[in-house]
Amino acid sequence: MYMFKYILKRLALMLMTFCIIMLMCFVLIKLLPIVVTVQVGQDANIIYSRLEARGYICNVVYDPATQLWSYDTVPILTQLGTYLQRIFLEGDFGIGVTMAEYMNQPVWDVFVEKMPPTVLINVYSSLIGIPIGLGLGIFAALKKNKWQDQVINVVVILLISLPSIVLGLIIQYVFCYKLGWFPLTMQSGYDYFSWDMFVSMLPAVFSLCLGSIATYTRFTRAELTEVLTSEFMLLARTKGLTRGQATVRHALRNAMVPIFPMLLSEFVLVLSGSLVIEQMFSIPGVGRLYLDSINYQDYDFFMLLSGFYTLVGLCAGIITDISYGFIDPRIRMGAK
Amino acid sequence: MEAKNYEKIPAEKFNFVKNHDRFHDQKLQTKARGYFADAFSRFCKNRGSVVGAIIIIILILFAIIVPFCTQYSVAYTDTYYRTTLPKAKLFANTNFWDGCEARADGKRDFIYYYAMGLETGHNAVKNQEYTVDEDGFYHYRLDSYQKIGMKYVQLTESEYKALQDYQDKYEIQVIYPTVRKANRPQFPPNASDANYYYKTTGTGRTDIVYDENGNIIPVYDYYVEGNAADKYTSKMRIEGADGFLDEEGNVCYYSYAIVGPTVEVRVNYYEYYIYQHTQVLKDGITEPYFIFGTTGNGQDILTCLASGARFSFIFAIIVAVVNMFVGAIYGAVEGYYGGKADLFMERISDILAAVPIMIVITLLKLHMGGSSQILVLFLAFFMTGWIGMASTTRMQFYRYKNQEYVLAARTLGAKDRRIIWKHIFPNALGTLVTSCALVIPSMIFSETNLSYLGIINLSSGNITSVGTLISQGQAALSTAPYIALIPSVFLVLLMLSFNLFGNGLRDAFNPSLRGTEG
Repeated sequence: MYMFKYILKRLALMLMTFCIIMLMCFVLIKLLPIVVTVQVGQDANIIYSRLEARGYICNVVYDPATQLWSYDTVPILTQLGTYLQRIFLEGDFGIGVTMAEYMNQPVWDVFVEKMPPTVLINVYSSLIGIPIGLGLGIFAALKKNKWQDQVINVVVILLISLPSIVLGLIIQYVFCYKLGWFPLTMQSGYDYFSWDMFVSMLPAVFSLCLGSIATYTRFTRAELTEVLTSEFMLLARTKGLTRGQATVRHALRNAMVPIFPMLLSEFVLVLSGSLVIEQMFSIPGVGRLYLDSINYQDYDFFMLLSGFYTLVGLCAGIITDISYGFIDPRIRMGAK
Repeated sequence: MEAKNYEKIPAEKFNFVKNHDRFHDQKLQTKARGYFADAFSRFCKNRGSVVGAIIIIILILFAIIVPFCTQYSVAYTDTYYRTTLPKAKLFANTNFWDGCEARADGKRDFIYYYAMGLETGHNAVKNQEYTVDEDGFYHYRLDSYQKIGMKYVQLTESEYKALQDYQDKYEIQVIYPTVRKANRPQFPPNASDANYYYKTTGTGRTDIVYDENGNIIPVYDYYVEGNAADKYTSKMRIEGADGFLDEEGNVCYYSYAIVGPTVEVRVNYYEYYIYQHTQVLKDGITEPYFIFGTTGNGQDILTCLASGARFSFIFAIIVAVVNMFVGAIYGAVEGYYGGKADLFMERISDILAAVPIMIVITLLKLHMGGSSQILVLFLAFFMTGWIGMASTTRMQFYRYKNQEYVLAARTLGAKDRRIIWKHIFPNALGTLVTSCALVIPSMIFSETNLSYLGIINLSSGNITSVGTLISQGQAALSTAPYIALIPSVFLVLLMLSFNLFGNGLRDAFNPSLRGTEG
């Protein structure tokens, strides 16, 4: 029961944080002047009436003498009301207005269309990264202070220090350009599970997973070496378990306490991906969409994606905290 | 054994050990070691961190000193010396870092560069050395400083005279004989290419015509005495100094007057560059010499990197100090008073911490469109950065505020402010300094990412950043990989050394490790 209350409390707090952030975001965006761009060949009348219909402006008046349009901005709270109403009643997050590629398209549909590449790349990266990272970490911990451990340590510190930009550049230059094993950027198209598509995703996957391999290796090694020196390991050996049995049954399980929540949050973060890697390998994912929405100031896209990233971050945090509680009931993150 | 009788010892045999009124503890004879001295000695024992610290110092010195030493500035660009290869004079005789690239070309392309060296002695083909393989390909090293060769430039009469004076004074030839318009290549991309001083097939073509010995045939123009209609003239030549003569004794040191007061001359760009910068612009540049090469805009990478690094360091340190200051005060208040104040303040920082930096920076940029991007970046890093410092301080305060010595201080009447700053805060200082040091590379890293993503553009005027350089380099990765390489190496060294340094610093400020390493 206590656990249940604890989870509820954390969820409520998370929801509150999320709402406040999104409210701030919305207000700050709506405080900006509305960009009305009437391009050559477009009817200004349509554009203004569309803005009016979306509830951004009202009292649109066209003065034929000066050829100027005048309008009043709808109060921000009213706009917020309309915005929320559309989202909850119609599932309408707005439409694209400035990016030529997504002009007049529903924001939500574009967003959903952009999800698969991002998720796929991150899932591949996790599938490769987690087993290798954990394995290397366990291996290094068992061989502590031997040459294998030291080699792994050096590689790990190198990989951790290598910024993802540089890592991506090296992979792109060496494997895609010099050796020509992979295409320079990801293939376009929607056939995400074909072999060619998979191969064209690999450079980005490697750039992503090398970093996480290093992180997992370092973390696992640190945890496991600490557990391996505990007294209960000695007890396990004295009661007659072999080294392997003791390690698997006692040390690994205890070392998993902090590692497992990290893995769980990784599966949430799979959704968000890396902006730099998506940009570098031209992956048509959510990250690129976000960047474009920032550069072209498409506010509906920006609102949706900001909310998405905030939510993913918050969820990852809360899942880590709660799973600590499940794995080790003594731990209550953020409780008194 | 002799049995002594101790039963009756006379009272006068007893003495006081000391005849003072009071006893004092003896003062410790050893030298007291303070917190920081202790941390420093522990830090020095960690070899990796010391190496890291040394690399950091070298990088910082590089960032401080180099911008004063180079002949170039960040704002400097040159149209022709774009993507010039790195060159170090020390390696001039080797095949590495000599500003040359290995090429394998057909005869026509090879002769194009080979002829430059024949005409001027400025060898575009390194040392005029080459080998021909069985397929007829010429293998040679192309000097990217000389491959520009000749350019036609427009000068006014006075500029022309000044250039002539310079030639005579220093005995350096800059102007070379010109080629009649009709004899120049006329089709893009070779139109008006000043390097064709030899005969090509037909007018305006670039296929080379060779004489019977397989040599090129120069098509310089000769001045015809008394031909008023001839616009190829030597009358601009200053008195008393003759140019070189051809076999028939004609001066072929020619210029070509086109319209009005300007003349068109054919100059060797390398020498002309030196002349321009030393005599005309006088901007301290003595010759084209780029140790790390140039970018696609013709900027000197060494200068840009050092200036970018200097900017990044100064910026990161300022942000870190401001963050530490604000975070320490906020965290101290939170941690010391606890209760409702803590709960409320914790919510604020929780919410701020959950906002992704992208949102912060985008909103700031949209709202502060007119002001400088540096300010936007500063505010964004400040808004997201101080929270970490605050929570570090808060944690330390929770740990120490109920300890006996704090209680003692309070019993003795110490005010809150005194307890916070004099008694508890010094305990948090070590962790704060560590996180401050670790925040510097992460800030440089985020700045690099943001510049790379094009969200922040710091390259304006005399400012550039490492991230801008890397993103320029990635754009030209296939043609000029060195542009991305050198800033990347810098960034990797920086991150690596800060990681090593930070690890050592963390251990050094952890007093529980005192004496464990023996």
